Amino acid sequence: KEDEEEESKEEDNGPRQNRASKRKTLQRKNNDGKMAEKGVSRKRERDKKTSTKEQKDSENKEKKTNKEKGKEKENKEKKERRSSTPSTSNSSDEESLSEEELAMLMEQVEQKKKLISTMRNKPWRMAKKLSMLREAQAFVEKFEGALGKGKGKKLYAYKMMMAKKWVKFKRDFDNFKTQCIPWEMKIKEVESHFGSSVASYFIFLRWMYGVNLVLFGLIFGLVIIPEVLMGMPYGSMPRKTVPRAEQATAMDFSVLWDFEGYIKYSALFYGYYNNQRTIGWLKYRLPMAYFMVGISVFGYSLMVVIRSMARNANESTGEGDDENFVFSWKMFTSWDYLIGNPETADNKFASITTSFKESIVDEQESNKDENIHLRRFLRVLANVLIICCLCGSGYLIYFVVKRSQTFSKMQNIGWYERNEVEIVMSLLGMFCPPLFETIAALENYHPRIGLKWQLGRIFALFLGNLYTFLLALMDDVNEKLAEEDVLKNLTQWTLLSHHNSSTGNGSTATPPPLDPADVPRGPCWETTVGIEFVRLTVSDILVTFVTILVGDFIRACFVRFVNYCWCWDLEAGFPSYAEFDISGNVLGLVFNQGMIWMGSFYAPGLVGINVLRLLTSMYFQCWAVMSSNVPHERVFKASKSNNFYMGLLLLILFLSLLPVAYTIMSLPPSFDCGPFSGKKRMYEVIQETIELDFPVFVAKIFSYVANPGLIIPAILLMVLAIYYLNAVSEAYQRANAELKKKMQMLREEEKNKRNNKASTNSAMQDLEDLFKPNTKNENQPKQVEDKKIEPPNKTSPTGKQGKVAAEDVSPINGRRGVALTPPLHVLVTRPPMPGVRTPYPGQARPGPYPQGPVPWRGRGHPRY
Amino acid sequence: MGNKQTIFTPEQLDAYQDCTFFTRKEILRLFYRYRDLAPQLVPLDYTDKPDVTLPYELIGSMPELKDNPFRQRIAEVFSEDGEGNMTLDDFLDMFSVMSEMAPRDLKAYYAFKIYDFNNDDYICKSDLEKTVNKLTRNELTPEEVTLACNKVIDEADLDNDGKLSLEDFQHMIIRAPDFL
Repeated sequence: KEDEEEESKEEDNGPRQNRASKRKTLQRKNNDGKMAEKGVSRKRERDKKTSTKEQKDSENKEKKTNKEKGKEKENKEKKERRSSTPSTSNSSDEESLSEEELAMLMEQVEQKKKLISTMRNKPWRMAKKLSMLREAQAFVEKFEGALGKGKGKKLYAYKMMMAKKWVKFKRDFDNFKTQCIPWEMKIKEVESHFGSSVASYFIFLRWMYGVNLVLFGLIFGLVIIPEVLMGMPYGSMPRKTVPRAEQATAMDFSVLWDFEGYIKYSALFYGYYNNQRTIGWLKYRLPMAYFMVGISVFGYSLMVVIRSMARNANESTGEGDDENFVFSWKMFTSWDYLIGNPETADNKFASITTSFKESIVDEQESNKDENIHLRRFLRVLANVLIICCLCGSGYLIYFVVKRSQTFSKMQNIGWYERNEVEIVMSLLGMFCPPLFETIAALENYHPRIGLKWQLGRIFALFLGNLYTFLLALMDDVNEKLAEEDVLKNLTQWTLLSHHNSSTGNGSTATPPPLDPADVPRGPCWETTVGIEFVRLTVSDILVTFVTILVGDFIRACFVRFVNYCWCWDLEAGFPSYAEFDISGNVLGLVFNQGMIWMGSFYAPGLVGINVLRLLTSMYFQCWAVMSSNVPHERVFKASKSNNFYMGLLLLILFLSLLPVAYTIMSLPPSFDCGPFSGKKRMYEVIQETIELDFPVFVAKIFSYVANPGLIIPAILLMVLAIYYLNAVSEAYQRANAELKKKMQMLREEEKNKRNNKASTNSAMQDLEDLFKPNTKNENQPKQVEDKKIEPPNKTSPTGKQGKVAAEDVSPINGRRGVALTPPLHVLVTRPPMPGVRTPYPGQARPGPYPQGPVPWRGRGHPRY
Repeated sequence: MGNKQTIFTPEQLDAYQDCTFFTRKEILRLFYRYRDLAPQLVPLDYTDKPDVTLPYELIGSMPELKDNPFRQRIAEVFSEDGEGNMTLDDFLDMFSVMSEMAPRDLKAYYAFKIYDFNNDDYICKSDLEKTVNKLTRNELTPEEVTLACNKVIDEADLDNDGKLSLEDFQHMIIRAPDFL
């Protein structure tokens, strides 16, 4: 619709200025001629489309069309006829167009469309882009109707209309989507104050929130809500009732705070669920759903993490360890263009200066390795110290968890004894990282490497703690399993004796059912594990928030206000303001997520808690950062470490998958609680479903598939595939390295030649002199042309059609957010070497100039 | 959604969306940012394309650019007259290229223009020296600056002409891990 309007506007322009319109039609004619030329030489262009640089192409195009202007004149008459017909009437020109011309026209329309979609990737001025866009749209609008014949025409028009509608819809949808992304402004604000590294943490947090929201939806929608709506109500059976002994205190806050009492017997934990095969009028298979959701939580997380890792890997073109461009990168990419805060800018200036100085010093004494023995000794010492720390913390946790088991058997224990495990773990998490940092100062690594080491060590600490915790918990579980056997008999006996006692009275009435609160019950280790995870998560949340409040906010307040009456400068001196600890925060987030993954099978409500946590910490940390933190002394960029974080997340995901898989496959579920009670193993629920709910042949197929005879070959096949792919990628890498080496050699060779042979040098000089006038000759007409075309452009947009024809090459087809087409491997496998690249076909200049060793020399650069 | 806005016609907005990496809302937001720089100069009605340019002093005082050592160059490169005075179109252009959606090739092209201080289509030694000095606020000694510049030429200059052409620059910068 808009296009039509625009067209009509354009046509209004026509009669208004007679003289201008005359010129316009002339231009249009020329323009169409050029386009036809282009249609002829389209094949060559297509070859060129593989080229990465669009500017070059458009430039080439311009040159070529200039060159072919002469030929064009001969064809003019023919073209005139053609170009006049469609402009006068759209409907009656069918007959006048031959098949060939039609195809050509179609091609042009396609090209225009491509131009429209890639307009935003062109390095042109906005005014030019706008007018080009209008041109292209008008062209498409005008000639689209002329395409297609007879019956096909209507269909074509319809298709075009639908395509247009689709584009519009997609754009609206995109607009909608960007509006749906939360906290964009908040993050941008943080970004402008603290640089992109701090913002990357918040983006990570937001991503995490999205993932957790999906997990939350899965678990709530498929497990908790069906259970609450359709399952048996609270109090109807033993596993859904608080035992008699606990009922008095079940609503006390101190009990609820420990996730005992009513919370323990709620849908938030594993034990509440019934092992009934189907519930409600929907015949919803809850145990099956529980199992499948537990699996798909892991499946979905794995998929998302791996996908985003792969995307990151695709995006980061940098082989970071390419040592070729140390100084260049420092020079051109060290400024963070997102910084909008004078303090941050000061820090950035300082860090850039120091980094320059560092690399200059490195350069000056690159081969000077003084006292390598001392350094080695110090590094070994530091590692030994850190391993000692790790072992110590692991043992401490094991000890504490063991002790807590004895505590739990005792009566009336204090608050500290109850929460000892959580307190010790939080304290370790708080004090070990700074300790590691102090030790790492011994090693004297480059800060970037140092940061990685530090991250790895903290990761090892957390992981060790988590796994000792798990092992201790496993001991606990085994103990409970033994206990369960005893209790199972007891329960049966109780029920039996109750039955007997009531029938023994001689009454014929059915015995009054035993109150569910009175039935003795097993320890239900799954719920215990779930409670343990929930407690750990909650205490972690509290510790994080309190640390931020005390360590950042109170400290900032103290520094800010006590500074007026203190003997030294607090702001610049000792306490000063806190920095935002990116690595620590990211690791905390990653570990928290690991806990959620592990615990969500035993405590479905845990994901809900985590969603709340992420939501609050988003606002809270944003506020804390903006109010009480100062930018980093060494501002480093986040782009590189991002995949590192994702890798950690993947590792954690894998490690948290292990214990859950172990319990599912090889531990017997509790006999009187949870959706799998009564089965030998949890996974039997699948076999049951297949046997009872599917036709027989499915069960048969399943039994065949589950046969080890089939699984082992499948695994073998996968291993072989991995091996093969690995070999292929290695081969690529080798080829890559080879090419790199070749390039390096070529450069060296050329450099040597240049330095050594004066004669060559002078020859080159001559060449340069030859090329220079040539460059000017090429550039000047273009500029003249530009100037010629610019003025009419202001009065009528049509004046630019010449330019449209000239530069209508779009080797890229990226829409919003899509990177340019040349993928990484194209760049890598065919590195642009000065001597190897073939010159473009349109590039061949008349005259005796050789395509010398410096083929890029004579080329001008695209102008607008 | 927002049919009440009368700053642009729908056609203009669509055209801007085609020419930049922004959505409708972002374009409007950018327009308000532009207008806030000089409310008395910029009209609230852009449907008839008023010819308004804001001087560099106003553009350079934006918080996005205020602390950037290359702010003058950026404004110069993106402005129509090369002096840093910007129309709304130039303004949108600048932010479009700077946005995270813009492809690296486009960014590399404009980055080259920005670092090319004397507009000769090559980054030569004097350009490099200016860059280093701007980045470090003149805190390096002249020898250090020369050394750094020589190293850059040494590393990135593929055709050995003692200055960096656009090809050299793109070849180098596309591989940089930190290049946005």
